[in-house]
Amino acid sequence: MRIRLASVVGVATTTAALTCALAGCGGGTDKATDSPSGKAQAETKSELVIWADDKRSAALQPFAEKFGTENGVTVKVQAISKDQQTTFVTASQQGSGPDVMVGAHDWIGNLVQNGAIDPVQLGDEQKSGLNPNALKAVTFNGQTYGVPYAMENLALIRNTDLAPQAPATIEDLVKTANELKAAKKVTETLCLQVGQNGDAYHLYPLYSSAGGYLFGTSANGDYDPKDLGVGKPESVAAFKKIAAIGEKGTGALKRSITPENSIATFTGKKCAFLVSGPWAITDVKKAKLPYDISPVPGFAGGQPARPFLGVQSFYVASKGKNKALAQEFVTNYVTTPDLAVALYEAEPRPPALTSAFDQVKTKDADLEKFVAAGKDGQPLPAIPEMAAIWDPFGKAEAAVIGGADPTKTITAAGKTITAAISK
Amino acid sequence: MTTQLSGPVTRARPAPEEEPAAKNGWIRIPLLAVTVAIAIWAAFPLIDNRAWTGLAILTATTAGLVYLYTTPRHVPLKYLAPGTILLVLFQIFPVLYTASTAFTNFGDGHRGTKQDAVVAIQTASVTQVPGSRQYALTVATTGDPATGPLVFLITDPATGQVSAGDASGRKDVTSEVTIGGTGRVTAADNYTVLNAGQASLRSQEITALAVPTEGGAIRSSGLSRAYEGRAGRAYDRNCDCIRDTTTGKTWTADESAGAFVSSDGERLAQGWKVSVGLSNFTRVLTDSAISTPFLRTLVWNFAFALASTGGTFVLGLLLAMAMHSDRVRGRTFYRVLLVLPYAMPSFAMLLVWRDMFNTDFGLINNLFGSHVDWFGGSASARLAVILVQLWLGYPYMFLVATGALQAIPRELSEASRIDGASPWAGFRRITLPLLMVALTPLLISSFAFNFNNFNAIYLTTEGAPFPADNPANGATDLLITYTYRIAFGGGGAQYGYAAAISIFIFLIVAVVSAVSFRRTRRLEEVHA
Repeated sequence: MRIRLASVVGVATTTAALTCALAGCGGGTDKATDSPSGKAQAETKSELVIWADDKRSAALQPFAEKFGTENGVTVKVQAISKDQQTTFVTASQQGSGPDVMVGAHDWIGNLVQNGAIDPVQLGDEQKSGLNPNALKAVTFNGQTYGVPYAMENLALIRNTDLAPQAPATIEDLVKTANELKAAKKVTETLCLQVGQNGDAYHLYPLYSSAGGYLFGTSANGDYDPKDLGVGKPESVAAFKKIAAIGEKGTGALKRSITPENSIATFTGKKCAFLVSGPWAITDVKKAKLPYDISPVPGFAGGQPARPFLGVQSFYVASKGKNKALAQEFVTNYVTTPDLAVALYEAEPRPPALTSAFDQVKTKDADLEKFVAAGKDGQPLPAIPEMAAIWDPFGKAEAAVIGGADPTKTITAAGKTITAAISK
Repeated sequence: MTTQLSGPVTRARPAPEEEPAAKNGWIRIPLLAVTVAIAIWAAFPLIDNRAWTGLAILTATTAGLVYLYTTPRHVPLKYLAPGTILLVLFQIFPVLYTASTAFTNFGDGHRGTKQDAVVAIQTASVTQVPGSRQYALTVATTGDPATGPLVFLITDPATGQVSAGDASGRKDVTSEVTIGGTGRVTAADNYTVLNAGQASLRSQEITALAVPTEGGAIRSSGLSRAYEGRAGRAYDRNCDCIRDTTTGKTWTADESAGAFVSSDGERLAQGWKVSVGLSNFTRVLTDSAISTPFLRTLVWNFAFALASTGGTFVLGLLLAMAMHSDRVRGRTFYRVLLVLPYAMPSFAMLLVWRDMFNTDFGLINNLFGSHVDWFGGSASARLAVILVQLWLGYPYMFLVATGALQAIPRELSEASRIDGASPWAGFRRITLPLLMVALTPLLISSFAFNFNNFNAIYLTTEGAPFPADNPANGATDLLITYTYRIAFGGGGAQYGYAAAISIFIFLIVAVVSAVSFRRTRRLEEVHA
């Protein structure tokens, strides 16, 4: 959901970026207008500025105030509602950015190449307190770039009224759904968002189960942008399997299931199975459906379905005015369980801090199920080259699901991606 | 007689200029005060960033404005100045900025200066020395908390030994120290311990302080912990290169690309902004991803802009004429109803329309019981986006046509009717030509707007359907959505390249508009 930026949130992104490109960002006169006041304050009390999205800034506010009082500093939490990454990079470059940024881990590659964030040095005991997968996700080129606080991955959410048993394979799922369809209980096999232009994030578990990969890994475990898996024979084979459950096949995957309607279709009881993440749970609960969460099933006889692991993280801005304090906040304060629990309550994603996770899992059984569903998961690649994947891969997916020839489509997508990466 | 008359006339001349000026003092002086206030407010960041040229321009403009509106002279300039300043600010400056960006590699990975890139590379390469531990840190000073030289009081967690470090090195502290519960020094003889508030005022010094050790240097990690770190990469001024301190591999600065490149072609991610001459422009012209589908996209782009403009114009005009007739009752009510789509935010409406065209769940297929894959086929997708534009755009045309119709004297059409002309002939020969004089400039601007109507495509089809073998160019892609995808879709944001593309699109639109305006002038000559 977060990944398909292009769809909903991207509207503003688009206009902003275009205005930037066409009208010119960083004009001389409108630059850093509030810095003089910031400086005037710095004479007496120093200031820490934190940027986060709307939900999280509200949750952060009391902790920021507490940190401020404890340390005799002013802490400002500012909500950035849209397009946080670009806003952060542009503002940093102009010297009007924050000291601490809160955001997704797959930004890291781009933030590092723009010199926008600094590494953090965590002690061994701090590292051991974090979920190893979350820590791995914020590690880039051998450096830890952020302190993770929450994790997310896809899982299969099913309506237990309609489907009491968790399907072990996609074939099982299709079989159950076909029985339900024959009994006129549902109209759709599977609510897995595809949309007109595909959705690589939501397809990835099936793609990986069918044997495809995006980037190979180098010796140190990092993703290797030189080894592109899209367009390779494995990916073609994988898309042949995906085509078999597409619109011209069993119809489990279809383009009319979009990011906007997939959750609503599930809560409207038109499908028994939904592939989504922790963000869908609020809606599902509101609909008062009996539901259960299990791992996304793979193809029979295939590899396990590996969802992408996404991590939400705190970053220290390189161009911040108060880096020592920012480091103190991020490395020594964010790693305390109270803050992680509060952020969980703002939006129910599994906390990355083990102690906080243990604290909330007793009252929220879904968390452990999501973590179990992400057991085989792979960190979403944070390398800047990943930007070249989303669009062509999604479109190839949509074309194949719509009935296009997998070999031709995926080979072309591979070529487009290679061309974009080499630029 | 003449001399007597001319006397008062020449003397009276300056009076009408001074008088209104004096009368308008109550509005003129506050306005000038606001201008000066804005200028002062804008000056601070300029001084902050040492943008002296900008400051000089700001001062000169403000001084000029104050002079202009306090002197009774230069009356024409008084009328021209505000418009000219706004024109420069909002039209000429962005155009010049876009043009200047087009000659650089500005974009992700190439945003700052070379110095920024070097700092970023070095900072990113600092890693904890293998096998070393983290220390409890207290920031202290031997002098005044605000200005005295900084000292790191470091507690070794294993031995409990406290040492004091500064840029010259580290020595054990032998004097009396108090250690708190977390292992940090809370007080020490001869040193003043800085609390967090005091320390964070000196944040930059603390971040910069590295206490040299054999293996590397002890640096702060926040205000309460320190670690022994080593920079894996360092900039070498002599060879203008980045050197890896362990492997010795070098990446030499390539000023034409704005990046550090090694002999085997590996490029460091952190680059800087350089001028790349015409290469963005040649890339637009030579890139096969642009040139191959360019013609097809351009033709569709023209068709889309013409159909959107023409379609909305015809529909809007028909409705305006229907509402213009006296025989329609409740005209105001109908008019309000008809402009409703105009009152709704087009962003939201475009998204609603996109969902209405959904194959399985969309309103349109459900309503007609059809199963058309609207955005799946080229023809249906193109028809769909034009239909949406028609719905969104006709109220505007309805409004302007209503206004223009009311401006045409009814006697003209009555006269033609008396002369025996059919209603159609009357419309074609009298009403329409008179309407066109007023509406053609609006049609041209509407065409130019629709030619670059990014939202119309991006919020509905996103360019779909895409041919299976080319995910970069779809059937409903306009030049602007297509090039946006090329400039921002793959390799992150490439502002320089995007600026070059937008200049090409600007040229196309400018030529079309110029030609149309010439033709309008001919129209005006005929009917003036």
